[in-house]
Amino acid sequence: MEENKKVLLSVENLDVVFKQNGNEFKAIDNVSFNVYEGETLALVGESGSGKTTIGRAIVRINPCTNGAIYYRGEKISGKLSHEKDREVVRKIQMIFQDPAASLNERATIEYIISEGLYNFHLYENEEDRMAKINRAIDDVGLLPEHLTRYPHEFSGGQRQRVGIARSIVMEPEFIIADEPISALDVSIRAQVLNLLKKFQRERGLTYLFIAHDLSVVRFISDRIIVLYKGRIMEVAETEELFHHPMHPYTRSLLSAIPIPDPLIEKKKKTFVYDPEKMHDYSKEEPALADIGHGHLVFGSPSEIEKYKAKRER
Amino acid sequence: MSENAKRDVLLSLKDVEVKFNVRGRYLTAIRGVSLDIYDGESLAIVGESGSGKSVLTKTFSGMLDSNGTISAGSITLYDKALSDSEIDLTNLKKASEWQKIRGRRIATVFQDPMTSLNPILTIGKQMCMVIEKHQRCSGEEAKARAIDIMRKVGIDNPEKRFDDYPFMYSGGMRQRIVIAIALSCRPKILICDEPTTALDVTIQTQILDLIKELQRELDFTVVYITHDLGVVANVAERVAVLYAGQIVEIGTVEEIFFDPRHPYTWALLSSLPQLSVKGEDMYSIAGTPPSLYNKITGDAFAPRNKYAMAIDTVAEPPMFKVSETHYAKTWLLDPRAPKVEPPENIRNLHEKMLAGYVDYSEEDY
Repeated sequence: MEENKKVLLSVENLDVVFKQNGNEFKAIDNVSFNVYEGETLALVGESGSGKTTIGRAIVRINPCTNGAIYYRGEKISGKLSHEKDREVVRKIQMIFQDPAASLNERATIEYIISEGLYNFHLYENEEDRMAKINRAIDDVGLLPEHLTRYPHEFSGGQRQRVGIARSIVMEPEFIIADEPISALDVSIRAQVLNLLKKFQRERGLTYLFIAHDLSVVRFISDRIIVLYKGRIMEVAETEELFHHPMHPYTRSLLSAIPIPDPLIEKKKKTFVYDPEKMHDYSKEEPALADIGHGHLVFGSPSEIEKYKAKRER
Repeated sequence: MSENAKRDVLLSLKDVEVKFNVRGRYLTAIRGVSLDIYDGESLAIVGESGSGKSVLTKTFSGMLDSNGTISAGSITLYDKALSDSEIDLTNLKKASEWQKIRGRRIATVFQDPMTSLNPILTIGKQMCMVIEKHQRCSGEEAKARAIDIMRKVGIDNPEKRFDDYPFMYSGGMRQRIVIAIALSCRPKILICDEPTTALDVTIQTQILDLIKELQRELDFTVVYITHDLGVVANVAERVAVLYAGQIVEIGTVEEIFFDPRHPYTWALLSSLPQLSVKGEDMYSIAGTPPSLYNKITGDAFAPRNKYAMAIDTVAEPPMFKVSETHYAKTWLLDPRAPKVEPPENIRNLHEKMLAGYVDYSEEDY
């Protein structure tokens, strides 16, 4: 089914290396994946797995050490022309985890939402700008009277709506949402997720959804990439991954999700990932390989054979 | 839980009300809570932010912010090991009086282990400080005890890691140390305020298992504060649901998950992502909680409750008894109320969860 989908963004052999005091740390190690138009792709993994680093490499906050990133076939990593740079900034927007920390607390909501429009002159006149702002405010369920207020006057959920409004007003095609709901309460979480889904339906947006809460990821995403220590361990469509996780790390991650049912949860056994004991890479080199069903797993040739057999059973 | 009939009451809150003075205006954060906490049990307090979960436990850990006061009610701690076997904690005013309780009888583990540890002191130093202060022992002995506890909470090679600083530990290891410090004085009650929210899921399970294991071994009571119903299902024997500063429903964990009676509990369960259907909107509770600056008449949840009746806007419902262990504060339980079934999506919750459950620890799933 992937053949008839259009590739929007493609990450090829990406390495991100951080240098500090002469020490090198490879945060991202040879990561390649495609994002298809209109889909929601989730990046999951524990803290330190590199999921945020990948998101930040795409919007060029973190430079790529090796490899390249292509958007609609054109390279957007490394040095770009001024026009290209502006185009990419406008089309790829980001929503951050902590809405309190990502909004300028000295600016009114009107200014925060307008800032992108000002920077890119995306309005014909004052009237047009206000019309755009009012539409964005209305889309995220805030009221016109909120425009003159400051971020601290809002609740966490409302602030995240402001964060969404200011990215939506740029009319982006691709949104990177970095843990957009982790700081929110259960009931508000649902409202924000529904809002993101609504925009996707209405405008055909593509999302890269970075999260660690797998029960929410299961609900919102079409495909999932599992990261561990800067490498891709497994890629599959959401239900395929939840029903047939192959890599032991994915299994450990899925088995740790708490089930909101005391009868199941109190008896549940978790599966623990122990890379030292579970893999023997002394003779064979591991790599990401296709096991069918649009499902990629990281492993040595003999492991991949085992995974294939297990998947077909 | 029927075992509670045999267990002794350790802490008893009666009609507790907490007010905060916020720039001259009064906010009533806790509006008349009565709750018995039993010796050795695991109680979870759930609710959304601002419902008063943390404030409620701070009334008995002596950590209320300075602008907050317990304006009504009593909190009695029963403990035979104390010189007075019954102490009303609301009478404690001086810091020196609290020091006999806080840490020694009632200890707290907070959400973020980085902020509860001192970044410029070694782990060992911080542990010894607590042990020396509360157990009156010398340096060498305190160190031996600290290393013993570190081993107990699962720190490998404790002798070597004793002189490490907090930043050299991972998040999960830091939380283990915080738990070790909290337990070093053998408290009767351990309050865990969102103990795993800042941690990864795989680490979360380990920390919860550790608390449960230590509870079995050292026999203390745990009060969990959390908004994650998955964590509640894992750890709790009893659950209290808090809304706008009141307990709206309390019962055993099975009663709350499989036989909930309060519309707010229904709404909380309906918000579970596991119950959402892909392609449809996720359930969300309409509206926002009421402002606690104003006096609330009737049922605080009524404006957001589609099952609300005329009486809900006029009179506050009492606690209705459902079973020996199960109470709910809603007029729907009044004999005169029309019969209302819980929403379809949370009926047969266990069957629904079981249907979607895969045991990943088995080789064949």
